[in-house]
Amino acid sequence: MKGTREMAEIQIKNVAKKFGAYQALHDINLTIADQEFMVLLGASGCGKTTLLRIICGLETATEGEVWIGGRRVDHLAPKDRGIAMVFQNYAVFPHLTVFENIGFGLRMQKLPDDEVRHRVERVASLMHIEMLLKRYSGELSGGQRQRVAVARALAMEPDVILMDEPLSNLDALLRMEMRAELKGVLAESKTTAVYVTHDQVEAMSMADRISVMHQGEIVQAASPIEVYRNPAAEFVASFIGNPPMNFLRAEAAGDGKWSVAGNVIDGPRYGKSPLQFAIRPEDMQPAGDGLEAKVKIVEPLGAHLLVTCEVNGTLFRAVLDSDMEVKRGDMLTLAPQTDRVRWFDPETTLAVA
Amino acid sequence: MTDATVAEAPAAPSTRSAGRFLYISGVVLLCAWVLVPIYFLLVNTLSSPNTVNSFPKPLFPEFDFGSLAFFAQFAGMLTALKNSVLTAGMTMIMSILIGAPAGYALSRFDFRGKELFRLLILLTRAFPLPLLALPLAVMFIQTGLDDTTFGLALVHTTLAIPFAVLITFSLFSGIPLELEEAAWTLGCTRLTAFTKVVLPLILPGITASAIFAFVISWNEVFAAAVLTIENRTLTAFLLQNLDTSPLHLKFAGGFILVVPALIFIFAVRKYLFAMWGIANR
Repeated sequence: MKGTREMAEIQIKNVAKKFGAYQALHDINLTIADQEFMVLLGASGCGKTTLLRIICGLETATEGEVWIGGRRVDHLAPKDRGIAMVFQNYAVFPHLTVFENIGFGLRMQKLPDDEVRHRVERVASLMHIEMLLKRYSGELSGGQRQRVAVARALAMEPDVILMDEPLSNLDALLRMEMRAELKGVLAESKTTAVYVTHDQVEAMSMADRISVMHQGEIVQAASPIEVYRNPAAEFVASFIGNPPMNFLRAEAAGDGKWSVAGNVIDGPRYGKSPLQFAIRPEDMQPAGDGLEAKVKIVEPLGAHLLVTCEVNGTLFRAVLDSDMEVKRGDMLTLAPQTDRVRWFDPETTLAVA
Repeated sequence: MTDATVAEAPAAPSTRSAGRFLYISGVVLLCAWVLVPIYFLLVNTLSSPNTVNSFPKPLFPEFDFGSLAFFAQFAGMLTALKNSVLTAGMTMIMSILIGAPAGYALSRFDFRGKELFRLLILLTRAFPLPLLALPLAVMFIQTGLDDTTFGLALVHTTLAIPFAVLITFSLFSGIPLELEEAAWTLGCTRLTAFTKVVLPLILPGITASAIFAFVISWNEVFAAAVLTIENRTLTAFLLQNLDTSPLHLKFAGGFILVVPALIFIFAVRKYLFAMWGIANR
């Protein structure tokens, strides 16, 4: 079956969705490449699940088109789109054994018994659940049910696999284990994947590309590193990273110079003032010259020290080496690493180059 | 202050035990209210006709089947029993065929007037049957439905449908939509998802709902008495012969009526609670 696999590029063109008067999605345009692992990341209510359900066909878009593998699918039923879905609450059928659950879609395709058994056994061993095939979902743990749900989707050998927060109901340790395993299995299966999550660590660690969503719009769609290093908007900068980026007000101080908390720093040539100066907590070093910071809280995290301070009346976090001796009330001078400084226009909230 | 607290302290347990006494006696009284008549029914049914008609009444059953045998031989009784079973059977089938889709629609679709529809379903129970009986009888005579078990089953279906809708509504709501959605993504249409996933899961509940409809029809006497003459159901037949038949016949008839209803209701009690939204799983 793998040999006959179609190119499965997903194109979302001008998709909008309204629930009554509420606009859940605004004019979404997104292309997901064949075999790409795309993560839709955002806080709850941002529209990421709605978008996934529109791709799946469980929800119809108010406007716009969905194309999968060069075929327009937005008028097709879910079963005719070449997709498989993994649900947040697993949706393992309680009246069927694990074997029949995994083989459910294959039986619907009326495949011969041999083929069904062969495929079920293959994906079951891939997901390490061969020994559970005779059990019912009531006899499985959450993690095992999740494996069954993934196996059931993989058994369909779909062009596209859609996952709606599949790991959010698992405990932290299991989630980390499943994360790595899922990534491996999906890469192996050469399937295009769309994965919805609100967990940025999950997104960063699994994605080829992340689409950060906010209030029904895609704010940025880029590789995890790009999203982290070069956030396209203030929202992305403050949503990604733990702790998130620091922001300070910057006033124009002549040709490409900006005054930040009493320091004059090189910045972009930009017509408007003020701008937002932004820097990640780990991109600063204590030095003789820089931002004057009054230490408020010191949190030793082992590998490093999380220091919360106040710069010019604004809360400001820095991640410092754990050997540093810092205590509450100290004054620090923090020098931002120049190539890591980013600038945002406070009116549009977009990044300024 | 200290005196008052000391004085009050012993009062608390006695109030509690008084409340407990009231609670227990309440439970006993309510149970007796239901169980004592049923017990006497049982005792008298399983006693010989002579014992039943004599005085004092027996307190324990003799396990004599004379009364039941007499009941079975009484002219028209077995036909009435057959009519009851037929009517109840038809009521059961019709109320599920109509009620279950309505319950599914109420739980899965959003449509205008959904709340009103739910209210209307319950309101059908608010109509007093005597008020409807006469026009119904006239209409049945005009359409030729009078004095048939099918006609009676139609009326009983109307009575049973509200319960069928509410029970199945609660059953369908207890099945996560995700299961159906998963089936759709795995190659099912709405119909095959229903038959392959939803139906197996709610079958026990549907059975319960069907049995409840059966019991409603089985116990119904008023419409049966008004709308049938020759083809009477057991309830209507017993009512008709109430003043003329001997005591042991009444007891046996009552027993035959009560037992299936009791057994069925006991079997489906879990789902009746579900109807009121108390417990579903």
